[in-house]
Amino acid sequence: MKRFLLKGVIKDKGRSLLPIIVVATGTMLTVVMYSWLTGIMGDSIRMNANFNTGELKVMTKAYAADADQFPNDLAILDADNLLTELKAFEPGVDWVKRIRFGALADFPDANGETRGQAPAIGWAVDLFSKESKEAGRFNLQESIVKGGMPANAGEVLISDELARRFDIKPGDTFTLFGSTMDGGFAFYNLKVSGTLLFGATGLDRGAIVMDIADAQKAFGMEGACSEILGFLPDTYFNSEKALAIKTRFNSQPTLAQNEDEFAPVMITLRDQAGMAEMVDYTDFVSGLMVFIFVSAMAIVLWNGGLLGALRRYSEFGIRLAMGESKGHIYKTLLFEALLIGTIGSIFGTVIGYSIVLYINIHGVDMSGMMQNSTMVMPSVMRTAITPTTYYIGFIPGIFSVILGNALAGIGIYKRETARLFNELEV
Amino acid sequence: MNSKLRRYKVCLCQNVLTALLIGATTLYAAEASSQDGKSILRKIDENLSSRNQIAESSMTIHGRRSSRTITAKSWTEGDQKSFTEYLSPASEAGTKMLKLRGQLWIYTPAADRTIQISGHLLRQSVMGSDLSYEDMMDDRKLSDVYDVNITGRDTLDSRDVIILELTANVNDIAYYRQKMWVDSERYIPLKQEMYAKSGQLLKRAEMKNIKRVENRWYPSLVIYKDMLKEGKGTEFRTNTISFDQQIPEHIFSKASLR
Repeated sequence: MKRFLLKGVIKDKGRSLLPIIVVATGTMLTVVMYSWLTGIMGDSIRMNANFNTGELKVMTKAYAADADQFPNDLAILDADNLLTELKAFEPGVDWVKRIRFGALADFPDANGETRGQAPAIGWAVDLFSKESKEAGRFNLQESIVKGGMPANAGEVLISDELARRFDIKPGDTFTLFGSTMDGGFAFYNLKVSGTLLFGATGLDRGAIVMDIADAQKAFGMEGACSEILGFLPDTYFNSEKALAIKTRFNSQPTLAQNEDEFAPVMITLRDQAGMAEMVDYTDFVSGLMVFIFVSAMAIVLWNGGLLGALRRYSEFGIRLAMGESKGHIYKTLLFEALLIGTIGSIFGTVIGYSIVLYINIHGVDMSGMMQNSTMVMPSVMRTAITPTTYYIGFIPGIFSVILGNALAGIGIYKRETARLFNELEV
Repeated sequence: MNSKLRRYKVCLCQNVLTALLIGATTLYAAEASSQDGKSILRKIDENLSSRNQIAESSMTIHGRRSSRTITAKSWTEGDQKSFTEYLSPASEAGTKMLKLRGQLWIYTPAADRTIQISGHLLRQSVMGSDLSYEDMMDDRKLSDVYDVNITGRDTLDSRDVIILELTANVNDIAYYRQKMWVDSERYIPLKQEMYAKSGQLLKRAEMKNIKRVENRWYPSLVIYKDMLKEGKGTEFRTNTISFDQQIPEHIFSKASLR
């Protein structure tokens, strides 16, 4: 019987073609919209993770208490040892050392005296190791406005705004003035290899990106680092996985009972300032958008189901007249809806997924629209491919068609056998 | 009726006279307290301020992780000029600091650069200590920048002290209000609390090892505590100090930084 109905759906194009096209279109739009919204919000979280929070972060307990002030006097001392331990503890995570600092960038005149000064916020990352992914995380190559990437020790990238304000060109030098890890004067001469434009005001005002070995020398932090960041292999932040790793790390007997304020402690992206709200907001907004879109699609497809059932009013009459039970007709109607919904959803998901995959790989350049943006957001937007991408389209695709047909099919039970022939004559 | 009115007028006059007498007495007492306070402040200035001075000092900074000691030699002339050369540890040796009429420069041999410190940076800690550049720079006499009132008497470290409350009468000052416990015999502060205009306690200083240096009393150890940060404070020791010396003018020039 099921095969018979399937043949009917495939061969009777008048019955199935339009509903399948409608279902496929709705499914495709649902898949693309969901992936686009998830992608934009996910990329913003990813950018924050890349610059500041990581998906996991290890600091000393004392540093963690005032992390927003970059208290490098409370930094991790034996960073390489801890890094090795973390790599053994969770090999699937990419663990990286970082030094965050606030300092004064002092630009000299021809006599070596102060010509101009500006406060700078710095990121010291591994720029020179072949296996390092840090330059990619900061999107450095693509963000360079003038000059190029640092090629040697002592070379740094500074924000283009800072460079323009003090008429600095690649090749010019300046002095970084701050505090060493033990509180002493930190004076360190650096050469500008290039200027950067990240496209976010907060970053572009006074950012300095330098190699971590230079920062260790500048701030007397040899062997030390401010924090160790962990990046999960997943494309988008996996809150449950990060929480599981954090719980496992912090509950190790050597750490759980350790009251030393300089013992390491692990936190997740969600634990950091404003990030939990951002993750929750992302989930809420994408959920809300999907709900609105799915609801709208369900109404369209339900209407399609209603029209289909009405179009087959005469057919049902004949079938009833021939002695087929009302329940059987209703069941076959629902089964046909299931077949149409499934076929349409498969087509829609395949087409939608192809579009999503293309945008995921190539991205959409929105930099022209974000020149005055103050948010830490990527200028190239991409769709997100998550497990949900594969099934989200089936929700409106199948259920709305079945729902439409189920409601429309109720009319079958209202038909009276005595009046069937009169109706069929008409 | 007339006698009633006369009695009322007499009574009113008596009341007014009494009120004026009380007011005048209170004002006189406050003025006297202020006058006494001002003279105490001048005596403190006579101990702590000088035409010029040359000092060798050590500053021990107790951080959360470790302590370290920095030694320095400084030349000061009045409240406008001072020059400091850091002698140890090796990482700070050769670093020099020059103050000239409200401007501050630092030279470091490591970078071979002279950097001017200005604006909000002056409020930053010097080498992680509990002292800011502003603290180091302000050599003005207390009697020139603060109004004073005596608020009580007490005993501190077995010494009789007068408690003074100082309120700034100038705007360009780091601490709007100070509470000071002054040795009533030697006129040297034994304890100071520095407050912001909001009333927030910013710093505390305790003066120890009060010694007779030349013809004045001088604390050879001052323990500073920045109340807004954690840590065990900073000990500032004056190892040697001499007043009213001949200091060559070239010391207070930018050329002497390099």
